[in-house]
Amino acid sequence: MKLYWKYVVILFKSQMQYRASFWLLTIGQFLVPFSVFAGLYFLFERFEQIKGWQFQEVALCFAVIHMAFSLSECFARGFDYFSAMVVNGEFDRVLVRPRGTVLQVMGSKFEFTRVGRLIQSLIVLIWAISRLPVEWTAPKAVTLLLMVASGTFIFTGIFILAATLCFWTVQGLEVVNIFTDGGRQMAQYPLQIYKKWVTRFFTFVIPFSCVNYLPLLYILDKAPGNGLLYMLSPLAGVVFLLPCLLVWQVGVRHYRSTGS
Amino acid sequence: MITINGLSKTFQVAKRSSGMKEAVKALFHREYTAVEALKDISFTIKPGEIVGYIGPNGAGKSTTIKVMSGILVPDGGSCSIMGYTPWLDRVAYVKNIGVVFGQRSQLWWDVPVVDSFELLRDIYDVPEQEYGSNLSLLTETLELADIIQTPVRQLSLGQRMRCEIAASLLHSPSILFLDEPTIGLDAVSKIAVRRFIRTINEEKGVTVILTTHDMNDIEALARRIILIGKGRLLFDGSIDAIRSRFDKEKTLTIVYRNRPEPLQIAGATIESWSPERAVLRVDTEKAVLSDVLIEASKQVELLDVAIDAQPIEDLIVQLYKEHQIS
Repeated sequence: MKLYWKYVVILFKSQMQYRASFWLLTIGQFLVPFSVFAGLYFLFERFEQIKGWQFQEVALCFAVIHMAFSLSECFARGFDYFSAMVVNGEFDRVLVRPRGTVLQVMGSKFEFTRVGRLIQSLIVLIWAISRLPVEWTAPKAVTLLLMVASGTFIFTGIFILAATLCFWTVQGLEVVNIFTDGGRQMAQYPLQIYKKWVTRFFTFVIPFSCVNYLPLLYILDKAPGNGLLYMLSPLAGVVFLLPCLLVWQVGVRHYRSTGS
Repeated sequence: MITINGLSKTFQVAKRSSGMKEAVKALFHREYTAVEALKDISFTIKPGEIVGYIGPNGAGKSTTIKVMSGILVPDGGSCSIMGYTPWLDRVAYVKNIGVVFGQRSQLWWDVPVVDSFELLRDIYDVPEQEYGSNLSLLTETLELADIIQTPVRQLSLGQRMRCEIAASLLHSPSILFLDEPTIGLDAVSKIAVRRFIRTINEEKGVTVILTTHDMNDIEALARRIILIGKGRLLFDGSIDAIRSRFDKEKTLTIVYRNRPEPLQIAGATIESWSPERAVLRVDTEKAVLSDVLIEASKQVELLDVAIDAQPIEDLIVQLYKEHQIS
């Protein structure tokens, strides 16, 4: 863990060599989600609510998912760029160093410019919280944190799965963006508004609903029965990461036996 | 130190055929051919040796290096390096080796060299004292003092290569794998790199395995070469052994006092001739060199004599030809 921060520090120094591009990209990342959020605003302006969900409630959902996405893009960007690492042989270098492959790949890149998006989501989050007629308690705050953390885990897991595919295909697969960008787009609304099979897929396969819809019910006091279950549902995100890491190890083994 | 026995590795390579139709077909169905990259390779290397590992492109050199550095898992055979099997105990094993890939950098591109060194120290968990003494030794012998604060992207290729080599030695490895360390370097940098490799081999006893296409590297550094072609081990021995086997021809350049008519010397072929200077070729299997010289001195008044052996480059080409691998 300490070593990871040292990786981050050296990457930060590298990034600071290109200050102008850093600021422009950060500002860009700050502004882009605003247009998405404006879309959300106009949607609710017209319809007032979607299946019983209010604008502020959806805004909270939006903020949580966008925060999780930008955090995972910060930390797990190395996996997003992994195909380049395989193509130019950088991964061989990873293998001759006495450290785990996941740590080294994660440490190979850190997307500082995503801080812009993170700040934007944070502003939306604060706005939503201040407007929601919800009585905030400590467990609810914890749940909110869990939602963000575990959303980050899920996106990271998908990035890892996508990177693992590179061991077989060499080139990165755009298909996977269905689950990263697509997942982000879907999950910025409470997943209950979609068709049943979509909700099921995003609950039991990729557990996005465990980081937005289910805990959201708890926070908004809409949860039926035992609230604790809803509160702890974000932990599914951690569970999701485990098989992803396992698949990664299989990929590394495949690479080491084929060398391509 | 290194014992390799019956190493073999086969790759499945997708068949590629030309033409649009074939390319479309390949999208859906691919045919694979098995390429034997290594066939029954065996050798041992003792501590402190410098071994030149050579062969034409695609001979299996980098596959062997990848197996020895723990990147690749072979299909068959055994490999024991310092008691480790590289691909089984990867993390424990790689602490003991340094690897330089001549064509790829291991340094962080945008930051000063010393920052990369410090991160490597943390990756390898090098104790502070050991790191300090290694760094000062490397800075001194590789003359890095002036460039260590410069970002890597501003370094010349020669400067960068010196930093690459230093980077792979910070954790005091016992074995150093060098994959084409002098590729693209100018003459001065090449000589500096070679001299340094010899220094660390002699002073720190580092075992060096070197792949290269530059035979001057081999001649300057390696007393032993291992030649591989098409995945097979073809020759393992000293450069002298190659010389005595293939070096049957000497070139004799003589300079003498003016003589208008051409020379005629038994046992030698005249390559070129002028009234002051002649170049003779002598096949040492057919004629004795001293006889040729005596014969020459009878005919002209010799002022200077130079005897040249065949360049090692030519000998290797002959070796390739003999095994039909070029």
